[in-house]
Amino acid sequence: MHEGNAASKGQHSESPLSWTFTGGVIELALHRAPCNELGSASLAELEKFATALQLMQSDAHALIIYSEIKTGFCAGADLRELYQRSQAMEKTEAAKGVRDFLERIHRVLNLIDAAPLTTIAAVHGVTFGGGFELALACDLMIADKMARFCFPELRLGLIPGFGGIPRLKRDLGNAVVRDLLLTGRSFNATKAQQIGLVSQIVGEGEALQAARGMAAQLRKFDRATAAAAKKFIKPIPHEELRREIDMFCELFARPAVEAGLRKFVESTDAQPYLP
Amino acid sequence: MATAEQTLDEILTLAAAHFKVPRDKLRPDDDFFKSLRIDSLQTLDLLTKLENHFHVELPDYELQGVSDFRTLAGKIQARL
Repeated sequence: MHEGNAASKGQHSESPLSWTFTGGVIELALHRAPCNELGSASLAELEKFATALQLMQSDAHALIIYSEIKTGFCAGADLRELYQRSQAMEKTEAAKGVRDFLERIHRVLNLIDAAPLTTIAAVHGVTFGGGFELALACDLMIADKMARFCFPELRLGLIPGFGGIPRLKRDLGNAVVRDLLLTGRSFNATKAQQIGLVSQIVGEGEALQAARGMAAQLRKFDRATAAAAKKFIKPIPHEELRREIDMFCELFARPAVEAGLRKFVESTDAQPYLP
Repeated sequence: MATAEQTLDEILTLAAAHFKVPRDKLRPDDDFFKSLRIDSLQTLDLLTKLENHFHVELPDYELQGVSDFRTLAGKIQARL
């Protein structure tokens, strides 16, 4: 068994994520409290994982991404860090920082998206924003019945920035994408399965086990054939992904975004996650 | 179809069980953030639990400003 990350399994409280590779299955565990918010530390670790993935993938059949945090899979970008960093910089420097962050996370997600093995997001609880986008980069989604999905970015004056719109457009009908994007509402696993996002719904706390069961099935198949099938059916929408980065950066430069971020960070509202 | 009172009672029972609060401590007009001691993420958990139980879809923007069980029950009842 191979393990990744600065910390070994069971001693990873300092690290936002870790991975193992055993029996042809890679497992990437997210474990940054409160809900795996994706900031600079998580991105750096995701980049290390992406590098390791390129080394492991020729021997792997499946990748499972899951969260060890009870609250959920991932609440998305670390908005507090984004706000604090952008406040500490000149506007042009902050804009450059945001573009750099997006370019880096797109590289990671594109690698996961195109990896020549079958990728499974095992999700539960909050699967919002960038967390939803991480799950969308995977080939298949298995959801615990308490999973909840949302693109809340519009409330901040932004659009999803980690590839959400192009990947949703690839996978779903445009009307569904508009509903998710333009209302900013969250929806549950049943709805996610009805619209074709989720392949299986399982009981509370069972998503990882179900994903492991699926991975065991995938191990029976010829790797090259599975990779060819995936490449045939799952094109990476590179051009739209680039346009999304540009549009996000244009929107980020507007004062409304700074106000939206400040409102979120300083909110004492009990419902900051509700649109 | 369940009556409004039955819906309210089921919500109180579900909330008590999910957040491990004695059922008899919850009152219809309680602020559920306070009586269940939950934050916004846990509120989403409650919403999911209720949607799954009642087989309804309740857009979370409808919950904006809702903080008591009775009003919440009214929102659910309207979609049954």
